[in-house]
Amino acid sequence: MAAATPDLLWNLPSLVFQTPDSALNNSSTLLMESAWIALGLSLKVAGWATAINMVLGIAAGYALARCRFPGRNFLDAMLTLPMVMPPTVLGYYLLVVIGRKGWIGAWLHDSFGINLIFTWQGAVIAAAVVAFPLVFKSARAAFEAVDDQLEQAAEVLGASTIGIFFRVTLPLAWRGILAGLLLAFARGMGEFGATLMVAGSIPGKTQTLSVAVYEAVQAGQDDTANLLVLITSITCIAVLLVAGKLAPGHAGRNRE
Amino acid sequence: MQLSVDIAKTLRAGERRFHLRMKFQSSSQRIVIYGHSGAGKSLALKAIAGLMTPDSGQIQLANRVLFDSATGIDIPPQQRQVAYLFQDYALFPHLNVRQNIGFGLKRGWLNSASDVHDETIEYWLTAFELHAVAHQYPVQLSGGQRQRTALARALAPQPQALLLDEPFAALDPALRTRMRQQLDELQRRLSVPMVLITHDPDDVDFFGDHVVCLSEGKIIDRYIEE
Repeated sequence: MAAATPDLLWNLPSLVFQTPDSALNNSSTLLMESAWIALGLSLKVAGWATAINMVLGIAAGYALARCRFPGRNFLDAMLTLPMVMPPTVLGYYLLVVIGRKGWIGAWLHDSFGINLIFTWQGAVIAAAVVAFPLVFKSARAAFEAVDDQLEQAAEVLGASTIGIFFRVTLPLAWRGILAGLLLAFARGMGEFGATLMVAGSIPGKTQTLSVAVYEAVQAGQDDTANLLVLITSITCIAVLLVAGKLAPGHAGRNRE
Repeated sequence: MQLSVDIAKTLRAGERRFHLRMKFQSSSQRIVIYGHSGAGKSLALKAIAGLMTPDSGQIQLANRVLFDSATGIDIPPQQRQVAYLFQDYALFPHLNVRQNIGFGLKRGWLNSASDVHDETIEYWLTAFELHAVAHQYPVQLSGGQRQRTALARALAPQPQALLLDEPFAALDPALRTRMRQQLDELQRRLSVPMVLITHDPDDVDFFGDHVVCLSEGKIIDRYIEE
């Protein structure tokens, strides 16, 4: 069963948290449990979105760093757009594209019976689109910083084009790309607007941490909100600290 | 070695244009292309290695046609079997000396392990006295060690010719004299034909069996007999 692993992944925190005395303190246990579920869901969504961006962001960054073609700057601007557009606008665009009556959404529904709206997969797509420019921009800058003489040296030494990419270009650009990926992960964790519009707020299914915070505040559940805000803050700080450590120029033998 | 070069290339940078027109033939084991910076020496060397495509002409090395615009032959750099020593050596900064030397010996998508063991690598580590620094990275090496590593990396795949781009320019004068002697001795021992480009008259005196003088992209003096 394909869904077993992701389901287990976000159920795991609640399983871990099941303590023998849970019956004594039922309401706070339930609260914690739903918070862990929301955190697990946020991590799952951000993780998948980052994985997608790793492939697409590196490919787009490499293409724009190395290929000269008309409309290059326009394409760069288009790919950076999600960073500056309001997430609600992005969410609306996504509904137009992958919604049940959208261009791709209708086709997915008719051909495969797949529906992305109000699912965690929809949340992944929303988070991936919003965080994409962070990976793409870092990857492009990192690839442009690689000395092309090193690639020429590899060429003369007989390495194939793919070999040069994986043996020279990618390892030298990796640090910068990784920093971008971590930023994208943190951005995916915090994604709210587009996610809410595409995936909604179904507790335990599509209600990520940031959405849960909004719901808790709206319902006047201050305890829940406090706890969720604390968890979110700690997670984001941890990710940013790691990203800072990996940022280019921070350390290491990146360049000769 | 039989090397024949007959190429033309026009480069544009905004308003400025640079015409390279180069024609020479040699059967010498040591060819020096001499000229001031900006004379088009590096372009000539890159054309032989396949890193620059001339607009027209022909390049022939040891009875192999590497490039011929008339018949559309343009052998990719990977298959030209020439070694190229870059001016600043272009060692791979993320690989240690051992991996750098082994780079051209390995095919595929992945680099060899940092403790890779290979007879050819061992041979070159010994030949260039690099065993002590085999696990170090280029940034940790001295200028002379870098050059020896770069030479070993270039020679390990047994090239048919060695192309050297200002090989001594990055070294201080004392080291320069020593490295010249080393290269001289090495070239005689391996009897690998070499093409060296330089703006230093001392290099011409030392290596110039056959000297091609370049100025403003044109050959100005074809032979200086030693």
